[in-house]
Amino acid sequence: MSGFSSSSVDRRDIVALEGVTKRFPGIVANDSVDLSIRPGEVHVLLGENGAGKSTLIGMLSGLQQPDEGRILVDGKPTPITSPRHALALGIGTVFQHMMLVPTLTVAENLLLGGPWWRRPRTGELAARVAEITSTLGITVKLHAKVSELSLGEQQQVEILRAMVRNSRLLILDESTSMLTPKGIDELGALMRRLVEQGLAIVFITHKLKEAAAFGDRISVLKLGRKVGEIPPERFRALGEQEIVSEIVELMFGKQKDDPEAVERPVRTARAGTAPLLQVADLTVAATDNAPGLSSISFDIRPGEILGIAGIDGNGQKQLAEALAGQRTATSGSVRLDGAAIETLSVGERRRRGLRYLTDDRLGEGTVGTFPVSINFFLKQVGAAPFWRNGVEQRAEIDKRAAQLVREYDVRTPSLKTPVARLSGGNIQKVLLARELAEGAKVVIFNKPTYGLDLANTLASRQRIRDTAARGLAVLLISTDLEELLGMCDRIAVIANGALVGTVENADDARTKVGRLMIGLAA
Amino acid sequence: MSIDTAPTVGATALDATSGATTRRDILHRLLMTLGPILIALVIAGCILLAVGVDPLAYYGFVLEKGLFSPLGIQQTLTRMAPLLFLAAGLIVAFRAGMWNLGGDGQFLLGAVTAAASAPVFVQIMPAWLALVCSFLIAMVVAMIWSLVPALLRAYQGVNEIITTLMMTFLGTSLANVLVKLAFRDPNTTVPQTRTLPVEDRLPRLFETTITSGLLLGLAAIVIVHLVMTRTAFGLKLRIVGANPRAAIHSGLGVPGLTVAVFAISAGLAGLAGAVDIIGVQGNVRADWNPAYGLAVIPAVFLARMNGFAAIGFVFLLSVLSIGGESAARRLGVPNHFTLVLVSIVLIVLALAEYFDHRYNQSRRA
Repeated sequence: MSGFSSSSVDRRDIVALEGVTKRFPGIVANDSVDLSIRPGEVHVLLGENGAGKSTLIGMLSGLQQPDEGRILVDGKPTPITSPRHALALGIGTVFQHMMLVPTLTVAENLLLGGPWWRRPRTGELAARVAEITSTLGITVKLHAKVSELSLGEQQQVEILRAMVRNSRLLILDESTSMLTPKGIDELGALMRRLVEQGLAIVFITHKLKEAAAFGDRISVLKLGRKVGEIPPERFRALGEQEIVSEIVELMFGKQKDDPEAVERPVRTARAGTAPLLQVADLTVAATDNAPGLSSISFDIRPGEILGIAGIDGNGQKQLAEALAGQRTATSGSVRLDGAAIETLSVGERRRRGLRYLTDDRLGEGTVGTFPVSINFFLKQVGAAPFWRNGVEQRAEIDKRAAQLVREYDVRTPSLKTPVARLSGGNIQKVLLARELAEGAKVVIFNKPTYGLDLANTLASRQRIRDTAARGLAVLLISTDLEELLGMCDRIAVIANGALVGTVENADDARTKVGRLMIGLAA
Repeated sequence: MSIDTAPTVGATALDATSGATTRRDILHRLLMTLGPILIALVIAGCILLAVGVDPLAYYGFVLEKGLFSPLGIQQTLTRMAPLLFLAAGLIVAFRAGMWNLGGDGQFLLGAVTAAASAPVFVQIMPAWLALVCSFLIAMVVAMIWSLVPALLRAYQGVNEIITTLMMTFLGTSLANVLVKLAFRDPNTTVPQTRTLPVEDRLPRLFETTITSGLLLGLAAIVIVHLVMTRTAFGLKLRIVGANPRAAIHSGLGVPGLTVAVFAISAGLAGLAGAVDIIGVQGNVRADWNPAYGLAVIPAVFLARMNGFAAIGFVFLLSVLSIGGESAARRLGVPNHFTLVLVSIVLIVLALAEYFDHRYNQSRRA
């Protein structure tokens, strides 16, 4: 951490965090984070999914309480006990998902939350709104129904609501994620005008360009820790491109005391062997809430680990699902061991040896209420010897499940325990056992260590290395660049659903991948 | 991290501990089911007191007529036959996470087709074959009736609660129309289908008036229970019900399974209609609609979709409905008071479940 943490007791701060730590069962969401929020500044909080941004916002807006550390408001330690209390302190939050009632008008939405015994003061509101909007240069249709407004307009209404309630600090949580490029520019301009009026803004995003374009001060979070800050003086001195590359360095750079750092074992080249998985021009149409894939092509040879690097949400999940058969591709070919599989079903692809280890362990990887034993065979229902003529063979299932529990070191009270009761690391072991069991040829790992503690992370990585060492082809999708650099033979970078480049994992791979990730040629 | 470290779970240790816990589980289950029913009886008793009826007399009449009198218990057991089929159909659907609330429409269409076909078949083929054919036709018609909600749910994701409920209104009306226009018995003044002679109906058990349809119903629900808990097909349906995304991820053909679930569920409802007609009623009057389909839903919920427990609750429901009718007549309580009783049971049960959940959570935390 840089030397700026001392500024957190600066009297100019309207809100300051000192050593704030928040733990949830199994994970540390925030690890002694210091933050100083000042009037007249857009403070950008940058980090990937799971970096702890949302938890931090939860504590600032009164939804959660820190386990350690304190929050200072106007220099005085103040526990923020509830969202109502946060509003009273002048902290207004615009959440990622719209919090307006779509069937009510804008005016009605703005009046919500007033005392129930009082008639809504429509006239007063109109005057107040006119006063605010005129200084901000925006227009708001007070009598339009919220459902008729565009997402950008709805967001302006949410910001306006915070202003009407006399907020001094405005928190914008992933506010640009649903906006059009034009809407994003407008929001940027609006934020600028707001801070010029003396407001403080906390702007949460995981998009580097927005951070560089709209911010005055940037704090970077990584796995719950604040790994760095760019203060305003430095921010102004740097060009946009320099800021982006500095952020990349902070987000993906190697830490000196990183316990996960491992030396990548030198592999023997297998240039001669035929690829096990060949993907050519794989294209998937974009949906309302997910990016598509455009013309993805790559090969993986036996024993090779190909990494997919990129900021989360750039099509990684779509790629994995399209390969596994869960998502229909509009065009392109997928060949497994030379045979085309792009038209086959999920089950048939699995039988041919393609395995997909999902990142959504409880959402789709397991049936949480079912026992551990059944979850091992979720993808083999009906197959011998566990089922004969369609009838379940309890003894066979339990025997093999006990064997897998031992082999993969799953810590479970019993085989009958519902799998959702296990910790994330043990659920991951159940999935690993299921996907790596006999017959696997190509394995897709999607964020295999996401949310795991160190011991389980290292164990999962060893499994992946062992998988490749057995001669299987491995596709490793991860947002953790260290992980990819430590394990892969080659690293491809995905951005906006396209592979923008592939890099041999040699000494300069970190720089090359970093450059590709921010949109420069490698 | 080595896999050679001592395993935390030994296969033998698992079984030793799980025996004791399952026994405690069953005891807990029983308490959580019977306790709320007792509380509900007390609450319903208070309501009876409030309207000036002696609750003990009411419950006494219910038990006497529904359970202890020879004629009453025979009626109760006969009533169980269609209810068991309906319960079996609901267990399949609910375990697969699909809310087939169209049981009544499917039941009536099954009943009408059975009533229309059986008298014709008995004249052209042996009686047993005629009955089998009528059962099959009733089943197939009900299955076809479920296709619309099934396909809409499977391929368009349309909420089946709404579509099955709408189809049940259409089905009831269609059954009515079929009786009046297509299958009307010309020899009667009231619109009804031709009556199946008593000697051609399902045989009665021993020297009683109990229909042998009861045995068919018991067989149906036991088979459904075993299929759902012991077979690969049942497990697939339960996966779809418990986590549809996991079903897709595991490579199950979810749309196909969805259509199958609706077909089985509706087919069993159609059989329920057929067993009531061929076993007991003999014909269908145009305005006949016993609404068994909706009445059975609480019983299936109380049984937590367990087939064996459902048999018990269906029995209880039969006692209540047969006994309740008689008690209502004698004490001047509205006939629908049994429904009030069942709903109080459900509400108390839901509350008990909620508090039990809260208690478990606080204990774990």
